[in-house]
Amino acid sequence: MELYSLTIHEARSLLAERKISALELTEAVLERILEVDNAIRAYLTLTPEEALEQARLADARRTQGDDAPLLGIPVAIKDVICTAGIPTTAGSRILENFIPPYDATAVAHLKAAGAIILGKTNTDEFAMGSSTENSAFFATRNPWDLERVPGGSSGGSAAAVAADECLGALGSDTGGSVRQPASFCGVVGLKPTYGRVSRYGLIAFASSLDQIGVLAKDVTDAAILLQVIAGYDPRDSTSVNLPVPDYMAALTGGLHGVTVGVPKEYFAAPEVMQPEVTAAVQAAVGVLADLGARILDISLPHTEYALPVYYLIAPAEASANLARYDGVRYGLRVERGDLIETYNATRGQGFGPEGKRRIMLGTYAWSAGYYDAYYLKAQKVRTLIRADFDAAFGQVDVIIAPTAPTTAFRIGEKVADPLQMYLSDIFTLSMNLAGICGVSIPCGFDHDGLPIGMQVLGPAFGEEQVLRVAYAYEQATEWHLRKPDDGRFRK
Amino acid sequence: MILSREEVKHIAALARLALDEQEVALYQEQLSTILEYFGRLQALDTGAIPPTATVLPIRNVMRDDEQVLSSTPEEILANAPAADEGCFSVSAVLET
Repeated sequence: MELYSLTIHEARSLLAERKISALELTEAVLERILEVDNAIRAYLTLTPEEALEQARLADARRTQGDDAPLLGIPVAIKDVICTAGIPTTAGSRILENFIPPYDATAVAHLKAAGAIILGKTNTDEFAMGSSTENSAFFATRNPWDLERVPGGSSGGSAAAVAADECLGALGSDTGGSVRQPASFCGVVGLKPTYGRVSRYGLIAFASSLDQIGVLAKDVTDAAILLQVIAGYDPRDSTSVNLPVPDYMAALTGGLHGVTVGVPKEYFAAPEVMQPEVTAAVQAAVGVLADLGARILDISLPHTEYALPVYYLIAPAEASANLARYDGVRYGLRVERGDLIETYNATRGQGFGPEGKRRIMLGTYAWSAGYYDAYYLKAQKVRTLIRADFDAAFGQVDVIIAPTAPTTAFRIGEKVADPLQMYLSDIFTLSMNLAGICGVSIPCGFDHDGLPIGMQVLGPAFGEEQVLRVAYAYEQATEWHLRKPDDGRFRK
Repeated sequence: MILSREEVKHIAALARLALDEQEVALYQEQLSTILEYFGRLQALDTGAIPPTATVLPIRNVMRDDEQVLSSTPEEILANAPAADEGCFSVSAVLET
């Protein structure tokens, strides 16, 4: 067993028993990155010297009796999350040289828990995308097939976890950006409830939808990471002041007394669904029934409207959030004769095609004459989508759905057709609109050997029941133990 | 197409985005296709439905008025494209 392939909980035991040191573990993962990242391209920035220094510090802390929950565990951070003194680009030219003066609260929590930051992972520009191809710097490759996308926008974090280039990673999920790449890369991706994890230091995309989440090798690791980053933060007025439960205690393995809802709308879209995905998720529901769960057919009738609602609300909020990139206080400035021309040139050159597309879509949705027809309408339908979930969670504890309609698509396949790209998100958008939580876990492979993911969804602050069901399924199956053949991408 | 070239240029001007002619044509086509797809929303009767702006109850968040340490001017200006005498520097806004 190579050290880099350990899970967080395995490494934690070995570190606690002094069978390995944080320095050995960190060196092994850094070496792994050097071996495989030329092919995978998961990282935008690596911080090996800082990581080794942190590892030595972690070993010293342990000698003094410290047993912090992530002491000596090497992790990666999506490059939309601020890290003090380490470049944070949001995958955009406009922030290419930006070095945050502070840590995001989630990063500060990781550091306080003893985690070692390896570097920053690739993302679609400002987390806008479903394939990581919208990164201004380069595309990340899917470790299961280098000709395919890792998903997005947290594609760098998902690929890094799948290729054993870190033990776990932070991502962000505005409309599926943690869950969908987790599904494409065969790892676990957890999107917490809106308000569960502080957004302070997360570069804003759509403020009513954005949530920091985690990518991990298994459900236990996801629970460990969530435990560290969850909680109230006075610096984020939308973080919610509720106690953080003991998530590990939820990992019982049993499902007796649990009711699982299966929404018909997520299995009835034959024109976009890959039949193997439907079959794998249906088989997984059978496994949950065998484990003692009660299965209930349910309906989320407004599912088909989630895509237009999301792609009006998210770009509208983005157009306001991205107004700050004007070349005055930070980021790129393209100097022109007067200030307006400087704004226009800075933003015209600094934003990539998808950033501009969403800013324009959002500006249009908010412009005079169209506000009621598009934006207000979308907000009203958002109410209906949320009410669907409220009604469903009156009957069931969790909902099972496919994470994405297909497995990973080919690099370049959808770049020229933004609507087709948006349609790859149809199963992950509703949860952000409703503010609920969910996790994507591996549930099979297609005929090309590409991973299939399914979502376990819970109501707001229902992370415990989501983790309980995901863990029980994981323990009964072996999908999460499969790894991509690294002979294809190792130097 | 739902959007004319002039509308695309107007939106770009509102959003402070310099676009070349090729981009105007591309976004005219792509945004029109997307907006056409969004037309399906109009089929829903939402007359009596209140809008949702955020899933959280809207409330004011107050804190005690205490001095706390924040970033120094030097830390903040380190990321500025141009700075002068402890201030952000931009070209003149008003004619002199």
